[in-house]
Amino acid sequence: MTALARLGGRLYAAAFDVAERPMRALQRLVGVPGIAWVFLAPNLAAFSLFTFVPLILNAVYATTGGDAILLWERPQVGAANFASLLDCASYLDPNTCQRDLFWRAVHNTGWFVLLQVGFMIVAALLTALILNKDLPLRGFFRAVFFYPVLLSPVVVALIWKWILQRNGVLNAGLEGAGFGTVNWLIEADWAFFWVVFVSIWAHMGFYVLILLAGLQAIPGEVYEAAEMDGASKGRVFARITLPLLAPTMVVVIVLSLIRAVQAFDEIYVLTGGGPGSATTMLLQYIYDTGFATRPRLFGLAAAASILMAGVLFALTLIQLRVTRGRAEA
Amino acid sequence: MAGFLTRTRGRGRLDLTDWLAWGYLILGTLLMLGPVLWLAASSFKTEAALQEYPPTLLPLATRTVAVEGYDEPLPLYTVTAGEYEGRALAQVRRIGLVAQMVDPEAPEAQIDVNIADRVPLREVAVATENYTELFSRFDFLRYFWNSTFITVVATILTVLFNSMAAFALSKYRFHGRTVVFLLIISTLMIPPTVNLVPIFLVVSQLGLVNSPWGVIWPAIATPTGVFLLRQYMLTIPDDLLDAARMDHASEWRVYWRIVLPLSAPAIAVLVIFSMMWRWNEFLWPLIVLNRAEEFTLQLALNSFQGELQTAWSSLLAMTVLTLLPITLVFLFLQRYITQGIAQSGVK
Repeated sequence: MTALARLGGRLYAAAFDVAERPMRALQRLVGVPGIAWVFLAPNLAAFSLFTFVPLILNAVYATTGGDAILLWERPQVGAANFASLLDCASYLDPNTCQRDLFWRAVHNTGWFVLLQVGFMIVAALLTALILNKDLPLRGFFRAVFFYPVLLSPVVVALIWKWILQRNGVLNAGLEGAGFGTVNWLIEADWAFFWVVFVSIWAHMGFYVLILLAGLQAIPGEVYEAAEMDGASKGRVFARITLPLLAPTMVVVIVLSLIRAVQAFDEIYVLTGGGPGSATTMLLQYIYDTGFATRPRLFGLAAAASILMAGVLFALTLIQLRVTRGRAEA
Repeated sequence: MAGFLTRTRGRGRLDLTDWLAWGYLILGTLLMLGPVLWLAASSFKTEAALQEYPPTLLPLATRTVAVEGYDEPLPLYTVTAGEYEGRALAQVRRIGLVAQMVDPEAPEAQIDVNIADRVPLREVAVATENYTELFSRFDFLRYFWNSTFITVVATILTVLFNSMAAFALSKYRFHGRTVVFLLIISTLMIPPTVNLVPIFLVVSQLGLVNSPWGVIWPAIATPTGVFLLRQYMLTIPDDLLDAARMDHASEWRVYWRIVLPLSAPAIAVLVIFSMMWRWNEFLWPLIVLNRAEEFTLQLALNSFQGELQTAWSSLLAMTVLTLLPITLVFLFLQRYITQGIAQSGVK
C-alpha cells in the first residue's frame, strides 16, 4: 500500500514537471488573469464539442429527414417531424396517432412517473423517519437501504430477472404457499408493475439519504419544546416534521421526477420494453428510433428528445425556484 | 445479543412504534439484500441445478458415479420401495415411467425401477467452474479491461479538466467569468440523454465510434464536477496563494501544489462518483460500441442475457463479478459516499 502511494506521489510530481514549463511560458505570454482562460480551455473545449454544439445541432436535426448522419446530406423537412409526432385524433388513445409507438411511450412514461415517484417518495420518507430514530445498528440499516443505488442498472435488472423468471424463486415460493404461478415479465400488467417496483428498489436509497439529511437538520429544540407542551406524536409529525422537511421534500420530488422521465436502463434490460410495447418508455423510443432500428430516423429521434427536454426543463425551473427560495429563507 | 438489540439508548422499554420500526427494518433488509444474496448463492450452482424447479437454497447436485461399460458418469439414485429398497443404484436411462438402473458394483445386470420409487442422491456441489469458465470460454478479461480502462481514464480526465476549470472560476477575476460559469451550470438542466443524436454525430465525425474514447470524451466536462470543486475551492483562503506567488511560484505550481492538494476532500467525492458513473454507464456505450470486442462489462452482460439460449450459470457468475468491485468500494468507503451524497445531492 505504501509502495502504491509512493508510486502515486511520483506520478503526481512527474505530471507537474511535464506541464510546468509550457504553462510558465503561457503565463508569460497572456499574463495572470489571462492564464485563467488557459485553465478553462480543456474543459470548455470538451464542453463545447459534446454539450453546447450538440444542443444547437439537435434543433437542426429535428427539422431534417432521411437516415444520413451527416447534416449536409439531410433534406430539410421543416416542422414535419414535430407534426408527425403530434398528429393524433385523440392524445388519450395512442392508436389514433400517426406515431402510435411514441404516444404509447408517452403514456407509459406518464404512468411510470406517477407510480414510481409516488410510491417511492412515500416509502423513502417512511424509511428515513425510521432510520432517524435512535435505534442501534442504524448505520448498518442505512447502508443496506442505500446499497442497491450503487449497483449498475444492468446488474439490477439481471438480479430481478433471475427471481422473476418462470422457474424462478418467486414462482416457487408462491406455488409452495398454494398459489398459482405467473409469467411475471410476459403479462403486460405484471411487467409494468415489476418495472415500477424494480426501479423503486434500485433508486429509493438515494432519496432516503437526502431526506435523512433533511430530518437531521431539524433542530432538536423544536421537538423538545413540543414534548414539553405535551403534543402527541401525530401532531408533532404533522405540525413540525412535515413543514420543516417540505423544502427537502420538494427537491427530492423534483429530482426523482426528472430521473423518472428519463427512465431507460433497468427497464430496457429487464423487459426490453415488452411485452409488445407495454413497458416502452420515452427514452427507449428515442433510442429505438434513432439508433436501434433501421432506417435510423435521427430527425424524428431528435424531435422526440426536444419534446422530452421541454418537460425536463420545466421541472428543473421548478427545482431552481424552490432551492433558491430555500437559500433565501 | 437480545439485550443489545432491544436496547433503546436510554428510553427504557420498547414501545409499539419501536417494534414496528424493527419489523420494517428487518423486512426491508430482506428485500434489499435478499435478491443480491440469492443471485450470489445461485451463481455457485451447476447449470443442471439451476434448471431445477423448485430451486434449492444450497447448490446441490445429483451425485454421479463412473460405471464400467458406460462412457459418461451415471447419476445415482436411492431406491425407496420394492425389492431393492435402500440400495443406491445408477440410472442408465429413463423410458416412460420406468428407469433402467444398474448396481455400480455389478453393472452387468439391468434393474427396472418405477420412477416414483427412487430419489436422486444429492450432495452439495459448489460449481466454481461457472467462474473459471468466464476466463476460459468467454472474453471476461477483455470486458473487464475495457470497463476498467474507460473508468480510470475518464475519471482522471474528469478530475483534471473539472478542477482546472474550477480553479480558474474560483481564484481569478476576469471578464466573462460569470458568463462561463452560468453557461456550464445551465447545462445541468440539459441531461445528455436529450442530445443523443448530435453527440453521436460529433463522436462519429471524430472517428470514435467503436472506440473507448467515444465513451470517455462526451461526459468529461461534467457541470456537477465543476460546480462541486468550485464551491470547495472558494473556501481556500487567497492569502495562501498570494504567499506562494511572492516566492515566484508559477500559476501552474499554485494550482498543482497548493489548490489541488487542499481540495482533496472534494476531489475524493468526485473520484468516487465518476468511477460509479463510468463503471455503471449503459445507454451511451450501447450507442457507441457495437463490436463485441469493445464491449464494457455492462454491455457484455446485456448482450448475453439477450441471447436466446441464456446460459444462466455463466451469466450469474459474470453478474456477481460485475457487482463485486462496486460492492467492495462501498464496504470500504461507505461513509464518504453517503456523506458526499447527503451534502451535495449528487448521484
